[in-house]
Amino acid sequence: MAIVTPLRTAAEQQLVEQFANVKAELPGAPSVRRLREAAFAGFEAKGLPNRRLEAWRYTDLRGLLREAKPLARPAADNAAARARLAELNLPGVRLVLVDGNFAPALSTLAELPAGIVIQPLTEALVSARSDLPRILTGPVVAEGDAGLMLNTALMRDGVFIEIADGVDLAEPIAIVSLSSGEAEAAFFHRSVVLVGAHAKATIVEISESLGAKAAQINGALIFETGDGSEVQHLRLVTRQAEQSVQVLSLLATVGAQAKFDSFALACDAATLRQQHFVRYAGEHSEIGLRGVNLIDRTEHTDVTLVMDHAVPHGTSRELFKTIIGGEGTGVFQGKVIVRQYAQKTDGGMKSNTLLLNDGATMFNKPELEIFADDVVCGHGATVAQMDADQLFYLMARGLPRQQAEALVLQAFAGEAVEFVQDETLRELVMAEIERWLQGRRDTVSVGEAG
Amino acid sequence: MAAVQETIDQVKSIDVTEYKYGFVTDIEMEKPAKGLTEDTVRYISARKNEPDWMLEWRLDAFRRWKTMTEPNWARVNYPPIDYQDIYYYAAPKSGGSPKSLDEVDPAILETYKKLGIPLREQEILAGVAPENRVAVDAVFDSVSVVTTFKKELAEAGVIFCSISDAIHEHPELVRKYLATVVPVTDNYFATLNCAVFTDGSFVYIPKGVRCPMELSTYFRINEQNTGQFERTLIIADEGSYVSYLEGCTAPKRDENQLHAAVVELIALDDAEIKYSTVQNWYPGDAEGKGGIYNFVTKRGDCRGRNSKISWTQVETGSAITWKYPSCILRGDGSRGEFYSIAVSNGAQQVDSGTKMIHLGRNTTSKIIAKGIAAGKSDSTYRGMVSAHRKATGARNFTNCDSLLIGDQCGAHTVPYIEAKTGSAIFEHEATTSKIGEDQLFYCQQRGLSEEEAVALIVNGFVKEVLQQLPMEFAVEAQKLITISLEGSVG
Repeated sequence: MAIVTPLRTAAEQQLVEQFANVKAELPGAPSVRRLREAAFAGFEAKGLPNRRLEAWRYTDLRGLLREAKPLARPAADNAAARARLAELNLPGVRLVLVDGNFAPALSTLAELPAGIVIQPLTEALVSARSDLPRILTGPVVAEGDAGLMLNTALMRDGVFIEIADGVDLAEPIAIVSLSSGEAEAAFFHRSVVLVGAHAKATIVEISESLGAKAAQINGALIFETGDGSEVQHLRLVTRQAEQSVQVLSLLATVGAQAKFDSFALACDAATLRQQHFVRYAGEHSEIGLRGVNLIDRTEHTDVTLVMDHAVPHGTSRELFKTIIGGEGTGVFQGKVIVRQYAQKTDGGMKSNTLLLNDGATMFNKPELEIFADDVVCGHGATVAQMDADQLFYLMARGLPRQQAEALVLQAFAGEAVEFVQDETLRELVMAEIERWLQGRRDTVSVGEAG
Repeated sequence: MAAVQETIDQVKSIDVTEYKYGFVTDIEMEKPAKGLTEDTVRYISARKNEPDWMLEWRLDAFRRWKTMTEPNWARVNYPPIDYQDIYYYAAPKSGGSPKSLDEVDPAILETYKKLGIPLREQEILAGVAPENRVAVDAVFDSVSVVTTFKKELAEAGVIFCSISDAIHEHPELVRKYLATVVPVTDNYFATLNCAVFTDGSFVYIPKGVRCPMELSTYFRINEQNTGQFERTLIIADEGSYVSYLEGCTAPKRDENQLHAAVVELIALDDAEIKYSTVQNWYPGDAEGKGGIYNFVTKRGDCRGRNSKISWTQVETGSAITWKYPSCILRGDGSRGEFYSIAVSNGAQQVDSGTKMIHLGRNTTSKIIAKGIAAGKSDSTYRGMVSAHRKATGARNFTNCDSLLIGDQCGAHTVPYIEAKTGSAIFEHEATTSKIGEDQLFYCQQRGLSEEEAVALIVNGFVKEVLQQLPMEFAVEAQKLITISLEGSVG
């Protein structure tokens, strides 16, 4: 047989050239540089994630990326960013990245609560910390992921947050990643949050675009949480430029008797792949991953998660609600692994989808991989349309059809949103959902399409 | 307590390490040289006196097979198979195609008697109500030795014979339908089967006929180092109905043997096919030595409007199972069903499931899969439900539950659910758990031993599927499950 040489696509070739050009200037201590080189070698061998990789079977990045956009350069102070941040009016500490670069001028670093240390990733990467490679690698189940490898190789900036043991943060810390959208660009950012034992924190992650020019974004957020800690993570991916392609990885290693809850809302997200890799590092912890995906036009939203029950007595809950209209495509791939010694695991995973019209597509792949016998694990996945009985009930009470539909959809999404504990943040999420529903009403009548 | 005592005795009488059907029939066999070349294919075709078109078809498949690579995506592990170290054809010397039972080698008849398969029609009639009669096609290694009730079936217009006979007697039907459901190059093992298939059953139910009795094929692998490659083709013409059963056993041996079958079902307008399998190939010993590699491609095509295909399977045997009986729901309003129990013990590996491909409008499907893993075995459910863009109103319900007995085994679920039409309604649920301690306690408190209690609970767990089996099979399957799990507790 002939020896097959893998052909590189234009985008892959461009990425190879980009890495060769920038690797000298990318920040990093020698150990970080080794990580970058190894990760890029992995990417070179595999190429961009494509349909042939089981984990990427429904999101074909190789097909989606015609070309690799030029790497973004640090932007000057941005008026549009200031305006948007003022509008958002987030409580607590605000850390802003513009095109993947930390922007201290836009961030509120002046009055940090006690017990918190924040530094730009560029600084953290060159520090002498010996545990840096471990932290940056994340849970073992994330190893070998092509999207993440690319991030490891090319990550430029982000924030590195350390929360000391026992600190109870009253207000959230927000990491706001804005794409300036002034020119087509690509950027790779990564942030790290280390939460000490028995500390309590809420971390908000926002990804938005300010302009109409497409961006290729590859972001990663890494959590390491201590024993007895309680962490809330909220992610909002909204208002993306139309042709944008975004890969967001969430890596979490959760300590014993800890709580970790994540909620992600994606709407107007263009092409988005969210991947969660979560590992239990200690017993008796509770982890919840939830989210709402609102998909319209030709958008594509993929949620892929791997929950690694590596120790006994872990509880996990996943709940994802997806609403798809237009020619949109939704993907949910959830994998719950229960290792042989992880007895007494309690796992429950659910993906519910409403298809609003023909043309909408949903791919569900909820997986269980169980090697321990004393466990209770289950998953459910449904795909259906809006319940005609519910609509009828509301319309019989005098609500016009559009309003009735909006109410049904809002309630459907609300089942997941109610897990966001912070009231201000929950309202922020609901406001985005209402905005999306309103936007849909203005363009097409949901009822007509259904 | 009589009934309970009886159950205990029954279970006790069969030691799990003693696979009941593991005996060998000592009989002179005719085989070509080991290995697979074009000559082997020609030899098989010549032995069966096949027409030229069949030989060409086989050779074409063989040439394609040589360019293919063995799939490795299933969650099963086995050493590489040496395809040149297998006999691809083995027929009893005295066999061929006997005209009546008197011409069949008595050793073979004895084998089937030991297996409890009735081949003499008068024996079947004795003491059994007429409506419970089953017509049997008995396949011994590579050849069909006898098909019962042929005459009576012919009166109803039903064709039930070995596929070799069908190639001679009904070439028009075979040519029209063969490989239209599972294409020649569908997958590695199916293509291999096309090249070297030896025998199997052929069923044709004419328009509007309800097959007067259950049809059944009993496969027996006897010879050492042989592979069994059977091919079954069932066609239910408009408005007809047939229920078909399949059973299989093999002797105990230390080597692994390959069984790569292809089964194709075709249901035309308003027709219904019910296909039941009790698969009990030799599973190997507790350490995983020996046993059958069961790599099977089974697919049904609901080609006509309102047609229905139902698969029911009880999988207790085989060292490795790799099979996904599927339904292509092409006709508007057609329905596919899949009921499965997969029991694995010892070092068995099961990767099984189904595909429901919704293509027509208002098609419905239902999947009930129950996996029970014990010992050091691994059981995977792998399934796909997909609705094409034009399959408006597609509906599916899937339920797959796994039960784990012991902490050395694994149970996995890998479902793919793809809705490409806005009006699809798909429901999927899966659970994995172990037998409840309170359930066990309750049973034991009432005097059942732990093993009996487990058997009782397991039978309750799989009841939904057992109910789908024809009566005789249900009883056998229930016993099989109990036996397969023996030794898994305590």
